[in-house]
Amino acid sequence: MDWIIPAVNLKLILPEIVVCLFAILILVTDPFLSKERKIWSAHLSWIAVVIAFIANIRLWNLQEATFTNMFLVDNYATFFKFIFLAGSFLIILISMSYLKREEILHGEYFSLILFSTLGMMLLASGFDLVVIFLGLEIMSVSLYVLAGFKRSDLASNEASLKYFLMGAFATGFLLYGIVMIYGSVGSTNLGQIINHITSNDAGSNLLIWAGAGLLLVGFGFKIASVPFHMWVPDVYQGAPTPITAFISAGPKAAGFAALLRVFLFSFTTIKMDWTMIVWIMAALTMSVGNIVALAQSDIKRMLAYSSIAHAGYVLVALVAGGETGVSSALFYLLAYTFMNIGAFTVVIALGRKGQDNTKLEDYSGLGSRSPILAILMTIFLFSLAGFPPTAGFMAKFYVFGSAVKSGFTGLVIIGVLNSLISVYYYLRIVVLMFMQAPVTRTDNERIKVAFCAILVLIISTWAVLQMGIFPQSLLSLAQASVSSIF
Amino acid sequence: MNFPILSLMTFIPLLGMVVILFTKEGQDKLVRYLAAFFTFIPLVLSFILLSRYQGSTSQIQFVEKFDWIPSLGITYFMGADGLSVPMLFLTALLGFLSVIYSFGDIKEKVKQYFAFLLLLEVGMMGVFSALDFFLFYIFWEIVLVPMYFLIGIWGHGRKEYSAIKFFLYTLFGSLFMLIGILALYFNVEPHTLNIMVLIEKTPLLTRSFQLLTFAAFFVAFAVKVPIFPFHTWLPDAHVDAPTAVSVILAGILLKMGTYGFLRISYPMFPQGAMYFAIPIAILALINIVYGALVCMAQKDLKKMIAYSSVSHMGYCMLGIAAVTVTGISGCVFQMVSHGLITGALFLLVGVLYERAHTREIGAFGGLWIKLPVYSGLMILFCLGSLGLPGMSGFISEFMVFIGSYPAFKVIVPLAVIGVVITAAYFLRMIQAMFLGTFNTKWEGLSEISAREIFTVVPLAILMIGIGVFPSPLANMIKATVENIVHLAVR
Repeated sequence: MDWIIPAVNLKLILPEIVVCLFAILILVTDPFLSKERKIWSAHLSWIAVVIAFIANIRLWNLQEATFTNMFLVDNYATFFKFIFLAGSFLIILISMSYLKREEILHGEYFSLILFSTLGMMLLASGFDLVVIFLGLEIMSVSLYVLAGFKRSDLASNEASLKYFLMGAFATGFLLYGIVMIYGSVGSTNLGQIINHITSNDAGSNLLIWAGAGLLLVGFGFKIASVPFHMWVPDVYQGAPTPITAFISAGPKAAGFAALLRVFLFSFTTIKMDWTMIVWIMAALTMSVGNIVALAQSDIKRMLAYSSIAHAGYVLVALVAGGETGVSSALFYLLAYTFMNIGAFTVVIALGRKGQDNTKLEDYSGLGSRSPILAILMTIFLFSLAGFPPTAGFMAKFYVFGSAVKSGFTGLVIIGVLNSLISVYYYLRIVVLMFMQAPVTRTDNERIKVAFCAILVLIISTWAVLQMGIFPQSLLSLAQASVSSIF
Repeated sequence: MNFPILSLMTFIPLLGMVVILFTKEGQDKLVRYLAAFFTFIPLVLSFILLSRYQGSTSQIQFVEKFDWIPSLGITYFMGADGLSVPMLFLTALLGFLSVIYSFGDIKEKVKQYFAFLLLLEVGMMGVFSALDFFLFYIFWEIVLVPMYFLIGIWGHGRKEYSAIKFFLYTLFGSLFMLIGILALYFNVEPHTLNIMVLIEKTPLLTRSFQLLTFAAFFVAFAVKVPIFPFHTWLPDAHVDAPTAVSVILAGILLKMGTYGFLRISYPMFPQGAMYFAIPIAILALINIVYGALVCMAQKDLKKMIAYSSVSHMGYCMLGIAAVTVTGISGCVFQMVSHGLITGALFLLVGVLYERAHTREIGAFGGLWIKLPVYSGLMILFCLGSLGLPGMSGFISEFMVFIGSYPAFKVIVPLAVIGVVITAAYFLRMIQAMFLGTFNTKWEGLSEISAREIFTVVPLAILMIGIGVFPSPLANMIKATVENIVHLAVR
């Protein structure tokens, strides 16, 4: 029996190789670092991300598959990898001071972040359901551990366990879906699936339907859409705050990367049939996320529900479909990454050792205690609320525009009313910061922000304003990213 | 290249805001002078705008047009015509005067206050000069943010409640405008957001589309005007806002609504204008009569003037709904006139409140004996507001009635009742506060200061000037109004 070793173009997976090798390197070297030098692991990890980013730039405008057509590099994947790497870079920067403060600075943390990033990158590039599954698992397993990284904190342990149990269910659904599709098509390759669906009358094929439905459930967990969102609030609240920011940015975008690719590429010919279900999911996700966020008294929980709502807006783009739909989703996820990480950075900056200060009351009077932090937080919140001239507005404009274009005006009206609701809870924090006196507190000391966190704040603010006022360059990038999947 | 006068008027206050934010904490005096300086330049520019403007044509003038986001067909397109020039002048004037008034009024967080006031001017100037929908929408929304903070931080009473109510109401409306904009964008070939191009193409769209989009824009503008039943944010916001902010709110923000109707809704959707003529006229009638009746019942002076705005903006809507040259001219006159008069009234209420710390009409009496100059000014503007001939309010209301009577033969006579009620509540207020026996409790009140007089005198001059010589303003808007009517009855 002859084994044919498939030709592999290693250049295409160079970013993944870099991230993976550095993750292993950190694991190996970390035990040999003395306690004062643990921070070197952090430096190694952001260097890895930067190198991968540069390697990724060289893949732009390339469209090539390797590993027997299982791994595809196209602009769509490359664009998503930019989002993941940028997100991970910012998260690594804000983690350094946080971990020092909480005295949990261990190298594994950074190694796990890199592994998780690796998983996301596989998700974006996966052209085969098995690779997508693999990516999802690499990403998720790392995240389960990261959510529980504050070992001595019960809430963090709870978050980890909940996330793991729910995630395991989701994985089960996803895998079952893959199996069903394999059973019907005889292959897990996305290209084969679309060929099979187009050539046969797939509308009557129950296996395809069940498979697509189960895939939607599996991805629905990862992107936290209603009704698969139950894990979100507890996990977001319990996890260490940088990890909360991380989960809300990269993995969500990665879930969407796979979801959009599978549904708009492989299942595109039966789009009419699944659109209605996603329509309902989008409407529910936006509404439930926003309405429940109104009632929260903890900012991490509030941002958790708001992140559910934002997933709903991106689902609107999925419903819209077409080139504008996908490019608007890409733009939205990019904008969301920056504004959300920005907001979480302010949340982290307000914390003290062993005391997160995430109650909403902790924000009262921030405008006089630390005007700059308060102003930046206001910019991020206005952007999350979708207010011009910020990235959030431009992104919503684009998403809703694509939905109107495809004729889903009803969904857009629901979305628009939802942004109105969201304004209320985002503004409540602004009211607290600027219009109310600080609650008398014991530690009225000045808020010190670490250098790395300042850097993150500068980058996020710049990105939020750049994408809001002069979005042209990033818009064309997003538009250039989508042609390959149609 | 032309001199970018509109961009300068719009963005010089923004520059001022940045400069003010970089001043050191505690230099309140410097901040005040900077704010005055950076609102004075737009005022000077607005005089240039007035003198350079060619009233003989309805062409857009002072055009600035650049590509901004080419992949979505969005341009940076600024321009002015006979509708926007008076509004831009009014914005520059009231912006400057409210800064001057705030010199004495605001004592806390001075730096932030003036920064927000300047940002507010950026938004307003932009709304009146943007001719690209995207740009228009952005300026429209930018106005909300500083307004929200100005009411919420420096206001009185239930200020947080009023601020967020104002914000949510207006945002509710403008989000429908966003849907309307998106719908227009995708239904016109080639896709564009250029308002001028859209005006040419939209009448070709189907009737039902026109009606729906008209309705979407109607919600946005109606909240701003405000038209009954969307008016409930107005009394709260006006009463709780600091004086200078009430002036801008009444003087300019409300006009953004009517400006939107005249700039966008009517020229763009002639079918909608025709279909909704009667309902809008009825709502205008409710505004006029109901607003005036509510004024009768007010004990708080500021609240009374706030509701009088509801009533007065009703005249604007009545003039618009008729779609005649006289009616719409009357509306534009009323926009200017109401800006001048109600602006001045809010300033004067602020003057009294600063001294007496109450605004209750019944608490005063015989003030004329103690404060002759103040009372004289107040009575002058009250008479202007109730439409005494010789002042701008009379001209505008008269034109609105003449212009709309042919279209609404039942509604207009009913609306005239509003004029009578208006006279009644203003005279009742004058009598209660300024005439009669002097309430000795107010022995210690000081007369209006020179700076405060300075803020209202320009408004009085313009009010009487327009009332006696309406022709300069009439000539300026004539061609544009004729064009709007021509477009709206296609």
